[in-house]
Amino acid sequence: MTAAPTTLARPPRTPASTAGLHATARITARADAHGITRLPVLDGAGPFALRRIGGHGPQARICVVGAMSAPLGGDRLAIDATAESGAALHLTAAAATVALPGRTGEAATYDVRLTVGDGARLDWLPEPLISAEGSDLWMTTTVELAPTARLVLREEQVLGRTGEHTGTLHSRLTVRRAGRTLLDQETAYGPGVPGWDTSAVLDAQRAVGQLLVVQPEFDEHPAAVQLLGDAAGGPTGESAGQGVLAPLAGPAALVTAVAPDALRLRRLLDDAARYTAAG
Amino acid sequence: MSRAALLVLADGRFPAGGHAHSGGAEPAVTAGRIKDAATLERFCRGRLHTAGLVAAGLAAAAAAGADPLLLDDAADARTPVPALRQVARRLGRQMMRAARATWPSDALDALAAARPRGAHQPIVLGLAARSAGLTPLDAAYAVAYENISGPATAAVRLLSLDPFDATAVLAHLAADLDRVAAQGAEAAARVATEGVDALPAASAPLLDITAEQHAAWPVRLFAS
Repeated sequence: MTAAPTTLARPPRTPASTAGLHATARITARADAHGITRLPVLDGAGPFALRRIGGHGPQARICVVGAMSAPLGGDRLAIDATAESGAALHLTAAAATVALPGRTGEAATYDVRLTVGDGARLDWLPEPLISAEGSDLWMTTTVELAPTARLVLREEQVLGRTGEHTGTLHSRLTVRRAGRTLLDQETAYGPGVPGWDTSAVLDAQRAVGQLLVVQPEFDEHPAAVQLLGDAAGGPTGESAGQGVLAPLAGPAALVTAVAPDALRLRRLLDDAARYTAAG
Repeated sequence: MSRAALLVLADGRFPAGGHAHSGGAEPAVTAGRIKDAATLERFCRGRLHTAGLVAAGLAAAAAAGADPLLLDDAADARTPVPALRQVARRLGRQMMRAARATWPSDALDALAAARPRGAHQPIVLGLAARSAGLTPLDAAYAVAYENISGPATAAVRLLSLDPFDATAVLAHLAADLDRVAAQGAEAAARVATEGVDALPAASAPLLDITAEQHAAWPVRLFAS
């Protein structure tokens, strides 16, 4: 029998899309002789306009501004960001990303590739990804970390805009450190995915997110398990969502949280950030 | 090979300690998410297509001859909470004792020596299947079935659910089991060329969260 894969990082092969937008934004952060992070490469592309913000201290701060509505079905989008040895790069976004259906019913892809060198720190803190009804997005986030690299990564997925059903959203997060895989997780939600809205996976929750902190100090002092929101047995009544902060099998802590909506999800992740010394 | 070995391996009476674990059913019953046969079936379907699929891929890859230590690292990377990593290793150690007594092999001895505190259970089961002359698909079936038979059996005790109804739940999920076992075996067949990244990594946020919640309970009927 040929079972359709539900958890691959790629949509089923389709002929090369001609209708969709193909765009890759590129950022390279490099520490200069004074320890100040410079940006020798800062190339926006397609829907990703890159704005330098702040400018105080040695860290480089970039905000990704959505220059158009994307990803639409058929789009092939990517962001490549590298913090070279000793650099500090902080990336945020101006607004949520909304995955929308295209004209052809084709899936969209969105690939984020982050590389962090020794002694470097990368913060990847985008706004939520919203899966609009009828959309079909395959997302990958691939992180390569040097042994003494630091990472703070937040990922939030919201299943459907207010009052609508969710689209289909496949996502894979792979984090490699010093050549070993530290975390490999696939999520698949929405129409055509078996079991995603059951009590083992999301139940009735429509916002799900993660906060990952990798830092060498966790080798000596791993994060302690911390239950969050309803899981911590707070006052019952209106659900605050629930989550857990837990050490991975390596110098990292991962927060996993589910909540009824994006606002309550963010509250859980912000609470958790205080326990991780992620500042 | 003897296909009958699959019956021995997949038998709930195989002495590998699985009966002490509810597979997340105990916290789900307490939270009111499992309350009858219909809600048990939904829970089992979600678990099967996430944790079950990951376990089926790992077991099939071990049965196909992939390096069990690389698979053990891949299992860690796919298990983000320590409570579930500990359970997987404890069950792996118990499975190892039963497997070495039942189908002794150098491969099982080598893994036992390399992971004295236990390797992740699906990998040990996959190696046991290999030692018994079974196929990767057989191993995927055994693991996927155990992935839902555990919670179904636990629900009988936790809810005083009618055992006939619990067994019917498992029968209703037969097509899902076929699909998950086939997906696990198909992914495992790609490990030789693509590495362990080819294996499924499906996550179930609520299983992860409630596993840690359950592990913190002072009193519980099941170990997990």
